[in-house]
Order: sequence, then C-alpha cells, then structure tokens
Amino acid sequence: MAAGPSDAAPQALRDLPPVPSTSRTGFAEFSVRERMREKLKAARAKAEITLLQEDRSPRPRRLKSIRERKTDFRLDKAFQNDFPSAEEAYNFFTFNFDSEPESIKAGARKRNELNEEEEAEEECVETHEDEQEEDETDEDARLVKDDDLFIIGQTAEDFLVMKPADCESYSEQLKKEKEFLFTPSMLAVPPSEKMPGNMQPRYLEDEGLYTGERPFVSQSNQNILENRILRQEQGKEWFGDDGKILALPNPIKQSSTRPPIFSLEEGIAPELETVYRKAIKMTAANQYLVGPGDFQGPFQLDIDISGLIFTHHPCFSREHVLAAKLAQLYDQYLARKQKNLTKLLTDKLHALRNAVECSIDGGDAGVPRPVAQQSIPEYKIEIRQTRRLRDAEQEKDRMLLKTIIKVWKQIKSLRDFQKFTNTPMKLYLRKEEVDQRLDEKAYEAEIQAEINELLEECMEEYEKKMKEYKTELQEWKSWKKTQKSKKKKKKKDIHEEEESVEDCDLGEERVKPIPPKMANSLEIEQQVREKADNCRRKPGEPALIPELVLSGSVTPTELCPRAEVLRREDVKKRSAFIKVLFNAKEVSRTVTRPISSDFRVHFGQIFNLQIFNWPESLKLQIYETMGMSSTTLLAEVFIPVPETTVLTGSAPMEEIEFSSNQRVMLDHEGVGSGVSFSFEADGSNKMTLMTSGKVSNSVSWAVGEKGIPLIPPVSQQNTGIPSALKNIDAIASIGTSGLTDMKKLAKWAVEAKLDPNDPNNAALMQLIMVATSGEARVPDFFRLEQLQQEFNFVSDEEFNRSKRFRLLQLRNGEVAEFRNYKQVPLHEREISEKIFEDYEKRLQERDVIDSKNYLDAHRAVVANYLQKVRESVINRFLIAKHNFLLSDLVNEEEIPSLGSEGPGILGLSLFKLAEPKRPLKPRRKERKKVTAQNLSDGDIKLLVNIIRAYDIPVRKPVMSKLPQPSKSSRSFNDMFAASPSAQSPMDSPDWALNQVLVRPFVEVSFQRTVCRTTTAEGPNPNWNEELELPFRAPNGDYSTHSLQSVKDEVFINVFDEVLHDAVEDDPERGSGIRTRVERHWLGCVKIPFTTIYFQARVDGTFKVDVPPVLLGYSKEKNLGIERGYDSVQNLSEGSYITLFITIEPQLIPGESVREKMNEMLKKFDTQEEEKLLQAAAKYEAECTSKFPSRKCLTTVIDLNGKTVFITRYIKPLNPPQELLDAIPNSSQTAAELVARYVALIPFLPDSVSFAGICDLWSTSDQFLYLLAGDEEEHAVLLCNYFLGMGKKAWLIIGNAIPEGPTAYVLTLEQSQYVIWNPSTGCFYGQYDTFCPLQNVYCLIGCDNIWFNMQEYDSPIRINFDISKPKLWKSFFSRRLPYPGLRSIQPEELVYQHADKAAAVELQGRIEKILKEKIMEWRPRHLTRWNRYCTSTLRNFLPLLEQNQGKDIEDDHQAELQKQLGDYRVSGFPIHMPFSEVRPLIEAVHSMGVHTIDVSNVEFALAVYIHAYPQNVLSVWIYIASLVRNR
Amino acid sequence: MAAAGSPGVFLLAVNGQIESGQFPGFDDLYCKFCFVYGQDWVPTAGLEEGISQITSKSDVAPTTLVWNFPIDITFKSTNPSGWPQIVVSVYGPDFFGNDVVRGYGAVHVPFTPGRHTRTIAMFVPESTSRLQKFTSWFTGRRPEFTDPKVVAQGEGREVTRVRSQGFVTISFNVVTKDMKKLGYDVSPSDMQNPSLVPVTEGIHKY
Repeated sequence: MAAGPSDAAPQALRDLPPVPSTSRTGFAEFSVRERMREKLKAARAKAEITLLQEDRSPRPRRLKSIRERKTDFRLDKAFQNDFPSAEEAYNFFTFNFDSEPESIKAGARKRNELNEEEEAEEECVETHEDEQEEDETDEDARLVKDDDLFIIGQTAEDFLVMKPADCESYSEQLKKEKEFLFTPSMLAVPPSEKMPGNMQPRYLEDEGLYTGERPFVSQSNQNILENRILRQEQGKEWFGDDGKILALPNPIKQSSTRPPIFSLEEGIAPELETVYRKAIKMTAANQYLVGPGDFQGPFQLDIDISGLIFTHHPCFSREHVLAAKLAQLYDQYLARKQKNLTKLLTDKLHALRNAVECSIDGGDAGVPRPVAQQSIPEYKIEIRQTRRLRDAEQEKDRMLLKTIIKVWKQIKSLRDFQKFTNTPMKLYLRKEEVDQRLDEKAYEAEIQAEINELLEECMEEYEKKMKEYKTELQEWKSWKKTQKSKKKKKKKDIHEEEESVEDCDLGEERVKPIPPKMANSLEIEQQVREKADNCRRKPGEPALIPELVLSGSVTPTELCPRAEVLRREDVKKRSAFIKVLFNAKEVSRTVTRPISSDFRVHFGQIFNLQIFNWPESLKLQIYETMGMSSTTLLAEVFIPVPETTVLTGSAPMEEIEFSSNQRVMLDHEGVGSGVSFSFEADGSNKMTLMTSGKVSNSVSWAVGEKGIPLIPPVSQQNTGIPSALKNIDAIASIGTSGLTDMKKLAKWAVEAKLDPNDPNNAALMQLIMVATSGEARVPDFFRLEQLQQEFNFVSDEEFNRSKRFRLLQLRNGEVAEFRNYKQVPLHEREISEKIFEDYEKRLQERDVIDSKNYLDAHRAVVANYLQKVRESVINRFLIAKHNFLLSDLVNEEEIPSLGSEGPGILGLSLFKLAEPKRPLKPRRKERKKVTAQNLSDGDIKLLVNIIRAYDIPVRKPVMSKLPQPSKSSRSFNDMFAASPSAQSPMDSPDWALNQVLVRPFVEVSFQRTVCRTTTAEGPNPNWNEELELPFRAPNGDYSTHSLQSVKDEVFINVFDEVLHDAVEDDPERGSGIRTRVERHWLGCVKIPFTTIYFQARVDGTFKVDVPPVLLGYSKEKNLGIERGYDSVQNLSEGSYITLFITIEPQLIPGESVREKMNEMLKKFDTQEEEKLLQAAAKYEAECTSKFPSRKCLTTVIDLNGKTVFITRYIKPLNPPQELLDAIPNSSQTAAELVARYVALIPFLPDSVSFAGICDLWSTSDQFLYLLAGDEEEHAVLLCNYFLGMGKKAWLIIGNAIPEGPTAYVLTLEQSQYVIWNPSTGCFYGQYDTFCPLQNVYCLIGCDNIWFNMQEYDSPIRINFDISKPKLWKSFFSRRLPYPGLRSIQPEELVYQHADKAAAVELQGRIEKILKEKIMEWRPRHLTRWNRYCTSTLRNFLPLLEQNQGKDIEDDHQAELQKQLGDYRVSGFPIHMPFSEVRPLIEAVHSMGVHTIDVSNVEFALAVYIHAYPQNVLSVWIYIASLVRNR
Repeated sequence: MAAAGSPGVFLLAVNGQIESGQFPGFDDLYCKFCFVYGQDWVPTAGLEEGISQITSKSDVAPTTLVWNFPIDITFKSTNPSGWPQIVVSVYGPDFFGNDVVRGYGAVHVPFTPGRHTRTIAMFVPESTSRLQKFTSWFTGRRPEFTDPKVVAQGEGREVTRVRSQGFVTISFNVVTKDMKKLGYDVSPSDMQNPSLVPVTEGIHKY
C-alpha cells in the first residue's frame, strides 16, 4: 500500500510546487510517534538515504493494520524533504487535490494495487507473517525507485509504465493460500500424538478420583481445537494425563438452586411480584431500652387457639341444655374415673388395716413394742379418716352415675316428646359382670371389718366417756356436798340427788352393759349396711360403666317443627371469633368461624407474638357476630402468662371457662340466656342459664432456631419501676405512684422475705430499711419532672452564675439590650461584665427617680411611671408578636369583589382599559410593597418632594416703621368671614415696591443627613425638587417592629439665603465681588418617620412652624387682596409648604401588628356589658362594610388595659379657674386660652412610646397627672373643657396631615362649626382650606357616637348636623337607647396652683444649660453674650406669652435697634411646652443660630417660663445673633 | 482569642449542590436558596443566597429537573443553637406563564462531617378559600410566604395550610473545625468514643 501513494506524491509535487509532504498531526499511535522521533533525529544528521532505507527495513515487519501503514507512508515522505514550512503545511491541508488527466491512470493503478492489497489484507487477518514478507520485498523495491525519482524530479511520463492489470487465477490463489493458510482438520487426533512419548493415558476417574464433569463441547470442535493446539510448540502441555484437553469441571449446575417462582396472577412478571416481608423492629431502637446490657432481640410467645365450646348458648334447645349437662357430668365422671380416688382410698384403707394387724402381730416377734404400740392409735385415726373419705367418694361416684342416668333418661323422654333429636349424644351403659360369690365375700368382709372398727371405735368412745363421766361425777359430788350443807331439807335433796344419779347411771349403763352392746353392734351393722347400700354397688350387681358417644343421628331440619327450624337457622347465622390482646392491646384476631350446630367453633390458629418485654397481661376476647352486622363481646378471658418452662411443643392444651352475663331472649326453640325456663310441663323447677363456654388454648414460649427459648429475661418481670430510677432513690421512684400504700408495701416486702442480696431488690430493700427504721415519710411535694434532676449537669447556682447562660437567657427573653445580640461568646472569660452593666443599671433605676435629667421632681416621677407603662405594654407586645395571623406569613391576593377598586378582575378594573394612556390629571400609582426582610443599609431611601411654599415671611427693610395693626379681639365670625383689611399693612403704598425679596430654600435633614433645594425667590417660591435621603434603621434591623420604633423625625427647614458683601470696606471692591452667604432660619416642619412609615406617603400642604417673631422679617398678608380670593387666603395665618414624602421602596407597614395588638387587648377584661360590646362590634362591622376606609371607634383601651366604651371619656369638666378668670367676658378668648393650655401639655405619641403598637387612652385626670399624651388625650381634655364651658363640643375621629389617624375637637360656635387641633391649640373654620384635618370618620359626644355616612368625608364637604340620621349613623338610637353609661372621668378636676417660684428657678437653670450648650457647639469660636440684648429679649418674652404668640407687633426689631444701636440682629423666639430639657436643646440646635461664623458675632438668649395650673409650663426661648454694623 | 489552644469559635464549611427536583406536572423551574441561622452564627465566606438557572425536564428521565446548583458557604459560630438551615424555594411558570411558587422547603445542614444527601419535601401555602384559589390560579398570583425563611421556623406555622408539591434533593459536603475541641461531639454514636463512656455507663448500670 505504501507504494502507491508514494508514486503519486511526486506528481503532485510537480503540479503544486509547495505541496508539503507531511504533518506531524495524525500520529495517534504512540509507537509510531516514537519511531518518528528517531527518524527525525536521523534526518537532522543529514544521513544518507540509503541509511534511511536500512533503517526502515525492519519497520514493515511490524506493520499490522492499514492505518498504521498509512501513517508510515507519511513518514516516508517526511524523510524525503525534511520539515515542511508552515505554508506547505497549510497548503497540504487545505489544498484541493484535483488529479490531472495524466495522473488518472496512475491513480487507477494505484487503486488497483489498493484493491489487491485490500484483498491480501483480508487474507492476512490470520496469517500476518507471510504477508509481511511479501510487503517487505514489494516496498523495498519501489521505494528505492521513488527516491531516485524524487531526487531527479522528473515528470510522470518518464517513469510510468503502462501494463494490463494483474489477475491471478483462482487455483493459483488457492495454491498460494495453501502455503500460508492452515485449516485444522475435524478428524480425531490419535491419543499417541497428544501424549508425551511412550506414555499410557491415565484415567483418574477409573482410579477412583473425582474428576468432575467437563462442560460439553461437540466432538468436532474438540477435534479442531486439538489439532490446532498440536500445531503449536509445546502444544502437548495442553493435554492432561488422560489425553484430553485440560478442562475445569462444568460450573453449571444440573438443577436450579433457586426455587421456581410461580406467579399467582398471569399478568405480573415473577420478578415484579411483591413479596411480603415481616416487619422487623430496628435494633437501633433498642438502645433506649433500659435493661440488661445485651439485648437478645425479640422474644416470641405462641398462642394457640384451637377452639371454642359453648356449654351454654342462647340458641341451645332444651335437649342441648340437657346434653350439655350430660356431657358435663360425663366429663366429671371421666375425670373422677381417671383420678380413681375411691380405689386409692380403698387401697389405703386396706394397707392401714394390714399395718395395724401387722403391728399387733409383730409385737410378739420382738419388735420394739412401745413404738408399735404408739403408732397403732395413729393408724386407727388414719383408718377412720380414710374410711370416711372413701365413703364420701364412693357416694359421690354413685350419685354421679345416678345423675348421669337420670339426665340421659330425661333426654330420652324429651326426644320422645318433641319427636326429633338435636344432639348426636347417646349414652351406653356397659354392664360389667362380676363373680357373684367373690363379690359377695369381699362385700361382706368389708362390712365386717367396718363393723369391727366401728365397734372398737364405740368402745373407745364409751371408755372415754366413762372416764369423763366419773370425773364429772366426782366433781359433781363434791359440789353437791357443799350444796347439801346449805340446804335444809337434806333427805329430800339426797333422794333427788340419788334419783338424778340413777338417771345418769342409767343413761350410761345402756351402753355399758353387754346386752345393749350386742344390740348396738347390730345397730352399727345395720347402719353400715345401709350406707353400703347407698353408696356401694350391691354384691353381684353388675358394675355400670357409662359411655357417652356422639353416634346418634340428628333429625334433619325438614322433619323438625317450625320453631326448631328457626332455631337451627339462627344458629347458622351466628359465628364467633376471638381477639388476642397483649398488654391490653389487640395484637391479632382469629378468623370468624360459624358456630356449628353442636355449638363448637374450631379455630386451630397459632399466633406468634414477637415481644420485647415481659408480658403484663394476656387476654382473649370472645366475640359473636350475628349475620352481617352486629358484633357483640361475649366474654373476656385472661390467660395466665406461661411459666418460663412452658415451651412450644410441650405445652398442653388448656380449657379456660368463660361466661357472659348477657341476657338474650329468643322467639324460637332456643332457650335463651339469662332467661328462666323449665323442663316441666307445668313450668315448675325453673332454671336460668347464662351463656358460657370453654376456650381451648395453649400459650407457650417459642423456641428459637438454636433451641434457645425466646423468653425475655426474668429480671424484666420486675417492671413498674424504671430501673434507671432505682439507683437514685427508692422513695423518689416509687414515690408518686406508690405513695398511698407505702406502708403496706413495706409490710409486704418484709413478709415476702426478699433476698436482700439480689440487686433487683435493692430499691425495695432500701424502702424496707426506711420503713422499718420508722423514717418512712410521705414526701409533701409532687415532682412533675422526676428525671429533670438527672439531666442537671451543674447546679442551679452555678447555672445562674454563668454569664454566658445569663446572656443567652436574656436574649431569649427578648430583653431590649440583648435582643439583637449576635455571637454570644463561647467562653465565659470572653464575656465582659460591662455587657450587663447597662441592663442592671436600668433595672436599678426603675425605682430610683433621677431628677437630674428632668429638672423637676414631678416630671421625673411621671417619666418613671410612663417608663413602666411602656415596659408593660412592650412586654405584652412581645407576646403578641409571637401570635401570627395568616397575613403575616402568607401573601395572598384579596378576594376580588365587584366594583371595588382593589384587585378585582370583574370590577372597575375592566373600565380601566378604556382609560386614556396619559390622563390629564395623573394619579399616583400604587407601588409594589416590599417586606422588610432582606433589606440592608442603603436600600431604603426617603424621597422628599418639595413642591412649593406660600407666604414665606419676607425681609423687612431695615428702618421701616410699620403701622400698628389694631389689636382688638376678634370674634370667630370676624376671623372666618370678615374682610382682613384691618390686619393688612397695606397702608403704605410703596410697600410693595420696596419690598425686599426673600430667597428661601428648603433644607431637609433626616438622620443627620442634610439635603437642600436650590434657592428660589419670593414669598411664594416654587421649587418642585425631589430630595433623596438615605434611611438607616437602628442596629441594621429592618424588621417591622424595629421600623415602627424609629423615633427620628424629618426636619424640613425653610431658610432665607442672605447675601452680604463680605468685604464691605475693601478697597478692591470694584475689582471683585466677594459675598458672604448667610442663611436665616424662617420656619420648619417636623414629620416623624413613623408617620411616613405608617401612611406610606405624606402628601399635602403643611403649615410651616414659623416663630411668632422673626427679627428682620415680616409676614406678607396683602397678597390675598390683590389676588381676589381673600375669603380663602386671608385665613392662612402663616406660611405653608406643599410636600410629598414617601419611602422608596414602599415598605409594608406593621399595621397588622397594631391591629392584632388591639385585638389582643380587647380580650383583656372589661367592665362593659357583653350586650353593649356586641352591639359595638356589630355597629363597627356595619360601618366598615359601608365605608371600609373610615375608621369607626366605639371602644378603646384605658391605661389598665381594660376595654372601655368611648363615650365614657366625654364628660364636661372644669378648666382651671385661673384661665377663666383671666378673661372674664370673652368666651372666645377663654376658649382659645383653654385650647392653648391643653396644647401646652407635652405631646407624646403612643406610636413612639409604645413602638406603634397600641393606643391607650388615659382619662383627663390621669392625663393631667402624667402631663403627656397623644392626640386623643389632648382632644378628650379639650372637648371636656369645652363642654364644661357650656359649649357644644364633639370629638372628631378622623385623619389629618401629618399626624395620620387622629382626634380633633369640633365645636359649634354661633352656628359655625369650628375644628380645633388639640395638640397645637389652633382652630379652623369648617371651610378652611388649610385645615390639617382631611377626613372625618365619626363624631363622639358624651352620650352617642355618630358615624359619617356621607359620600365625602372632607370637613369642607360634609354637613356636621348630627340630627340627620341619613348623614350620621348614630350608635344609640330608638332601637338601642342610651343606657346611661357612667363616665370614667372624675367629677371634677382639681388643679395645683401655678408655682411661679419654681418656674423662675427652672427658667434660670434652662437658660444656663442652653448657654453652655451653645458654647459647646462652637468649640472653635469665642461665644460672646450680649447681656444688654439678652435683658431686652427677656422683657419681650412675657409679652409674647400673654398674647399667646399671636398678634405681636413687629417692633422687636425696632426696639432692639433703638436700644442696641447699630447691630444687625437676627433671631426669633421659640415656644414649646415643657417636658424635658432635651427637646429644648434639640430645638435650639436645629434652628442653627449658633452656626453663624462671623468673627464679631454676639449672641443673646433669654428664657421665660410661664407656669400654668397643674404644673403646665410654657417655655419661651428667645435666641438672637447680633452682628455689629460698621 | 485562640491563643490558649481552645478556640473561641467553631467553623462549619458546607458545600454541595442543589442537585435536582421532582415536581410532577411542572416544568421549567428554577430555585432559590438562602440560609437561615441563629444569632450566634456568622457566615464568613461564600454566598448566603443564590438563584439557579431555569431547568427543563429531559426527554429521557422526565421526572427530574436537574439544577446542580452549587452551594458553598462557611459559617463561624459560638453556639450550636440556631444551626444553619438551607431554605429552598422553587418557582416556575404556570399555565398562563406567570411566575408562581412551586414549593418551599428547608432542611438543616447536616452536622456530622462528611457527605450527605438530603431530599426535602416541598410545599406551598394553600389559598384560604375556593374562590381565592380560582382567582389566584387565574391571575397567577398564588399565595406565597411573606418570607421564604418562614419555613425554617416553627413560629406561626399553625395559621397556614400547605400542600405538598414535590421533592428537592440536595447534597452536602460538611466540614467542621474545632467542634470537638469545644466539646460538641457530633460523630455518630456507633463510633468508638471514649469521652462518652462514663455517661453511658451511668445510664446502663442497672
């Protein structure tokens, strides 16, 4: 093959000059590659071609397959021209070899050769060597030529020779083949060839050795193989001594060892059939079995239930009853016969008699007499007893026989009477003929012997009696003598005495003399004979042996009367089965077998119970079934647990009787059970039989495979006390159960004579010791977890000392400090004591009042009290937190409802399809809510959209003097309706022109992050900017609970940006402008984070908290008039800002928790009537079903956690008299003052104090005492005051911004409804656009609740006339009249008088603290205090308080200017209710007055505290910065 | 901390993979996993959460969905309480192509070192009413646990009703470090263990 291609290659070379010759790829075969390497080396050495040829010559010999040869061919070429270049290689692999016409022939030849070679190869499969030789020569010759040609580089024509294709004839081919092919013959090889020379074949089998059967191989194949082997060298080694090829015995077995599988069902393949395997108890389960170390595995109890025989059954006919009786008697007879007591006793009697005779006779023979003499009376007594026993037995035998016969007779007569037979019973009486003479003799002898004995007996008796008589007589005589001496009539007495003596003698004499003795013996004989007649077979009378057989025929049913047929049918319907109960658990039951006509049930089943413990009880329950349905329990039979010696195989069948107390009456021939019946025709001689019978069974222990009985160790029998306990304390172990009769137990233990050395008795012995030593003491405790102590590996003290354990416990108890403690250290030493310090301090401080932080003892007490309430509520909450609702765990779509805007598919959402894609007034779309699960810092952002503001205070020109506005007090009507011209400072026409611009910007600060908007211009700026503030949850805990308790507030501060020329006096002013930017605080809005969190978004216009006086600024109130809608605008006394705040992503508020808490709190006790509560629940349900968004409030929870009906909170209460006295004539001002008073009570939202969980309502006196509360408390108090002042007032439950759900107060003033914000003291008309109250849900008066049923709930759009039932649904109506609920408010509020002195003191302290703080905040600057200014400011403050911060003329500035001279003053007063110092400091800090960094700045700070009754304090802080104008 | 030879923490290295799932009747499922562990546990290396590719049933063995999604995480801890659990939740498209949950399941990471295979039975919460069942089927928004980690805790489960959906097989290779040094012996009980002998002797004395 190699030749052909090597021919072609040069041709290709010629056509394609760069044809490469080889490539190294494709040498898969390792050997080839190796050779290649060798040859390459050779090539590098530029060896001679001849050398190469020499080198190559051995190669073809090793050729084995076409493939290898192919690669070899390539090799050849590699030698021919060294290494191919990369280009050549490329061409070689990519070029398309188009053979040219000239080369076709060559190709053809090549192909011819190829074919030939292929043929040859086919042949060579078996004979390599020959072909290899052929190849070798062939190749050698051609290669030489090739090489020559290649070197010369001639054209193809030059060395191509044309000749016809070679064709060998077939015969030639065959001849050729013969040379190298071998065909083994099929003829048998003669043994001589197979054996080494001159050896006789040896047959091991004949020598008696086992050879085994060879596998079958056909003879011809065997011959072929032998022939082939013989051709090989050492072929003879393959043959054994017998001349056969060595072979192992046939491994295939003749018969299959696996039993054939017969499938029951045709369709199922046998290997797929299910196999039943017995349940095997895992041995691993045994490791918990307390017992002896080695556990032998399951034990087995075999219960064999062979059958059931009824001795009475309700279906027994009369004949059956008799038959049963007969059978019973017969059984008795057989049993007696087996025992044969009579015979035994008779024999014994004979023996005794002989013994007596012998001993009497033997006495002469010199046997020691005294012994014999002694034993004779004993013998005699024995004889007497034995005789009596024998007689009794004989009589019984006789009676039994008689009864048997009698019953049999009864049966016979019954059968005759009823004309059918029910039982196959037949009694044969076999007569045993006896030899009359012998029998008579024996009989007579027996009687004689008996008579003799009796006589002897009588004699003895007589003698004994005589003796007794004599002694008695003696006694009597002596006694008589004494009598005689006493008696007077001696003779008569003696006569009488003799008479009586003679009487006595005579009585005795009758026996004593001989004649009576003879008569007596006759009498005795008569007695004996009579007795013998009664109980003994008469001599000569044949002995009767009864024999009961069941060979009789039962009358077929057809021939029986109807009643009997019914009975038989009834019997047929009945069947019985038996349940086997082991330790009172059913373990198995027999099959249900019908009761046969002879009332026997055969089961013949053996149950193997595999057990682990010693059985406590074994029980059989016998059941009878009637027809298809009813199964009744007939009886229970307890089987004794077999002795350990009773093993299967040797256990006898036992019959255990049972009986049932069932009462059955039947309407057929059956006699029933528990029913009396009689055999007599007249019905006398009644008898009552109960169902009874016998179970024949046997219980035994199974024997294991090795003959070991499978019996649990006996030690296990001592169950009852777990052995693990025994080694602790016997009393403890027996204790609880055996307490009652421990004494008895001890007594028993003593009596039982237990082996004290048996370890099994150790516990008992200890008990005995305790009992006997008198220390037996019934423990007066009950230990619930007896085993607990065993598991305590350290003592409790040690446990409590462990810091780690304590830490874990506190964390588990969710104590605030440790709730989120991570990685409790492993070692005690790693836990520092400091961890507990805070906690312990808190625990200690709970009761210690710290006045340092509060400046006021009362506040400290209150704070402490609040803290306690908070803790108790939080603890309740923690409990509630572990109660889950479905919605806490599962997110589920709500039920869609028609018309709802929710997720309804059928409702309005269909119409949404028709909505415009881009509506003109787009609504905010609901966003997807995110559960606070895998959030981390930075994921949550607070988005604050600041849209615009109204009426920002404007800068005032420095020296302008404004006219004084009138300060007359106004009526409500004036305020809400009248023209505002009176107040407007419009007198100066050039005011508007001169007005100084204000350049406000808004700065939002939240969690110390500050963002600001750009600066806008003018008093009504429009920013429309979105600020983004990151939110960080405390401790990185983003759980709902944690988020709810975030106390941070969002501060939205409005500032004015003021530009000052920095270098006013700079000579270089012209060249560059340097301005200094100052910012002046104008006002702020505070929104707690919780509000945003709960409401998801805060959207609306808010009143900016602007101080009443802003130095250098004035409110612009003229715009209203200019714009024309004064009635709306002028009411806005202040600045407003429009905001939209939300959280991104939207968090699911923990509303459910709050509601759940409320639900839980409602479960607490209540004093309300059940009826009222139900009505409330119904009312709430009705209301919410109509307006689901409107909250209906009927019951609330007071501070004690009790549910209280809401109207009980509303009651007219007296406001402090001082307030009313202040302005005696104006009710309106008084109302304002009261509202202010209420607003001054510090605001403490529940959501912060109670972590947003619940809403506790305190009564007004509690509220005044605590001086802290949220909207509800303020509203209730204000409402009560208004009522107390004689106004019409209601509580509004509604929704306001920014508070969310809240409570306001509604009053009716001169046909106008006024809405009061109780926490600020502000009031609004019903039609005030800037009223923070957005929705009104319900109104609460002192005697009713009205729910808003109007379409709208905005206060502007609703009618507050509660007398219209269509608009307001009242709780109490004609149907449910107001029951006159007593208010829980006090009758009257008592106020402490205002403590002015304390206020002054506090004032000084606060001022000092604040000044220190401001200096502290300016660590790098000198803080100068302008005392003059401070005193001026201090003078302003009381005035401010007096005017309630309103209507102050803006002349502070002027006054200051006047007094201070050339200062630029900016500053403002802050007004706050007083609760603690901290909020004041915070407030001052947030205003940022201290931030001014002008070098020559001076500060002024004044504090004024006005004390109101009941310690309500109003704090004013005036803070200003002064910069001297140059 | 670990100076005196007794370390302050023990380590638990878990790797393995969420091998396959059997969800008869469902196809094109993917799964998410996350670990739930106690407060004393801190993952020190590896990923706590993961989401797998979507896998479809093969034609050959149409019962298993193979993810072979690797898990590799190392925890350190000071307390065996709160032993890590892996929570697996499986999602896939429903009839309408909505992505719905097909099962939640959780299993503790085995605590004996070595290779373990766990098969978790998966379940989904049931709708509360028949109507809701229909609408949730129709809208493709079936009830889901608010947090898949719910299935790793026992608290509050009494309010839910679930239906079993299939199985997920996970293999774990667990390596622990310093457990025994700290007195936590987790080797199987049948292994010879001298430290336990006195205790067992005490129990089986009688």
